[in-house]
Amino acid sequence: MAGFQAVTLDVARLKKDFPILDRDVAGHRLVFLDSAASSQKPRAVLEAMDHYYETTHANVHRGVYTLAEEATRAYEATRSKVAGFIGAPSPRGVVFTKNATEAINLVAHSYGRFCLPKGSAVLLTQMEHHANLVPWLMLREERGVELRFVEIDDSGRLVLDDLDRLLDGVGLVSVTAMSNVLGTLNPVARIAEAAHAAGAVVLVDAAQSVPHAVTDVAALGCDFLAFSAHKMCGPTGIGVLWGREDLLEAMPAFLGGGEMIRDVRLDGWTPNEIPWKFEAGTPPIAEAVGLGAAVDYLGDLGMEAVREHEVALTTHAMTTLAERHGDDLRIFGPPDAHDRGGVLSFTYRDVHPHDLSQVLDSVGVCIRAGHHCARPLMRRLGVPATSRASFYVYNDEADVEALSDGLAAAAELFAL
Amino acid sequence: MAGLEDLYREIILDHYRSPRNRGELPAPPARRVEGFNPLCGDEVILYVDIDDSGRLADIKVDGQGCSISQSSASMMTAAVKGRTEQETRELIRAFKAMMSIHERGLGHADGDGLEAAAAPDPPVDMGELEALRGVVKFPVRIKCATLSWNTLGQAFDQAGPEGTRE
Repeated sequence: MAGFQAVTLDVARLKKDFPILDRDVAGHRLVFLDSAASSQKPRAVLEAMDHYYETTHANVHRGVYTLAEEATRAYEATRSKVAGFIGAPSPRGVVFTKNATEAINLVAHSYGRFCLPKGSAVLLTQMEHHANLVPWLMLREERGVELRFVEIDDSGRLVLDDLDRLLDGVGLVSVTAMSNVLGTLNPVARIAEAAHAAGAVVLVDAAQSVPHAVTDVAALGCDFLAFSAHKMCGPTGIGVLWGREDLLEAMPAFLGGGEMIRDVRLDGWTPNEIPWKFEAGTPPIAEAVGLGAAVDYLGDLGMEAVREHEVALTTHAMTTLAERHGDDLRIFGPPDAHDRGGVLSFTYRDVHPHDLSQVLDSVGVCIRAGHHCARPLMRRLGVPATSRASFYVYNDEADVEALSDGLAAAAELFAL
Repeated sequence: MAGLEDLYREIILDHYRSPRNRGELPAPPARRVEGFNPLCGDEVILYVDIDDSGRLADIKVDGQGCSISQSSASMMTAAVKGRTEQETRELIRAFKAMMSIHERGLGHADGDGLEAAAAPDPPVDMGELEALRGVVKFPVRIKCATLSWNTLGQAFDQAGPEGTRE
């Protein structure tokens, strides 16, 4: 990622990298505004996976033949690329999981059950995705661990005035780096510093932030970081848990099976070294190859440029949508695009998000409607559901205009 | 807006804009039943007053949700008010069959969690409810349309006013 980088993205050229953007929906150009749920894939990622299956595939860490060695090398090469991409000191701390959800479950299951000091609490926030709530609710049910929550204010920011008091007696903090609903970018480094001072470890749900901005685990000061490949131009079926190596060493294995063991006897077993200790069974090898290609792709674009593009597009969207739709449109979250990612959750008049999404689909525009796997946050916002448009590297001002036109069409149809 | 006319028929939009039988009934004596669609947050709360002869003397609907869930609930109340339990159950069965038959045709047989409802024989006259038939072309919206009907079925399955629940 070092060296010369284009300052902004050439989106018109970049759109051509994504084959799916050539298709139409009901006779309309595909306008994909749901990348916060899952991003589309550039040709480079698709070709890398095809190439792997066509030329290389064999199980990893097993055979001594050429294919197996090449497959293992490709799989492990992605581990190194990922480590570089997130500023990790070594690939040893990079554990491949199924997705960010499984990564968080791994920490809740292993660290939460066996390393969390007895009687200590877990601190979460009101804006967490269900993936960063339910594993902890399960831990509470099973072990009686106390859960605490940082509240949010009306503009969708964490209320951190009370942080030190909230942290008293907390053994683990798990917080999203960027809200999948509000787009809010949380001050993770500040939270981590305070958490460490209170003796707690910090897990960051970075599913929304890693795909969209520079990530540096050292600068964040976190102990664990979880994210998914499929939101960052990579394939589904693979995610990452990065963890501090001393913590991963101390944690018991999560799932049992092949690969995660050094020795098995009929009366017991010895775990493998990290990170393989946490990778039971045949891993998603082709997906790892795809993730490696995605990391290369984003690295070539430059994550500073990606972020800059999204700030500019989000600013443009918030400005032009407000100009055209005025009070009919209510956008949740921080008003300044610099404080948020490229995610706009909104309500439009009294049109239900589900209806809005349906009308937009009829003109080729894909947005998400519903509670976005964040029902506690929806309750805090006082709405049953919102519509959500989210941007990525392949979106431009024409996409925002298509969204805006769709809103007007919905207003006309429902005549509310 | 090609395709949407099948979903958003004028009569459906009319029920959405001007819902019938909106409100609450004192419960008890009325039965209060809630239905919830976790996918989109649709919520239907039914108040059902069944008289001594087993007739659905009054029905009110509360809650919030998308146009399909709310208009389907409104159209349902208009269709079942005054009917006997037996007639209402048949209409519920016919409505769910209308949705599930087409759902199977679309290859989403297990998409809705509906029991494979056989259409009543002889066929039930669906009247205005026919307008909702177009929903089956939009499989993810079928749950919106059937929410209130499943909820009404629960109201009958309750033992009586003492079965009222939160």
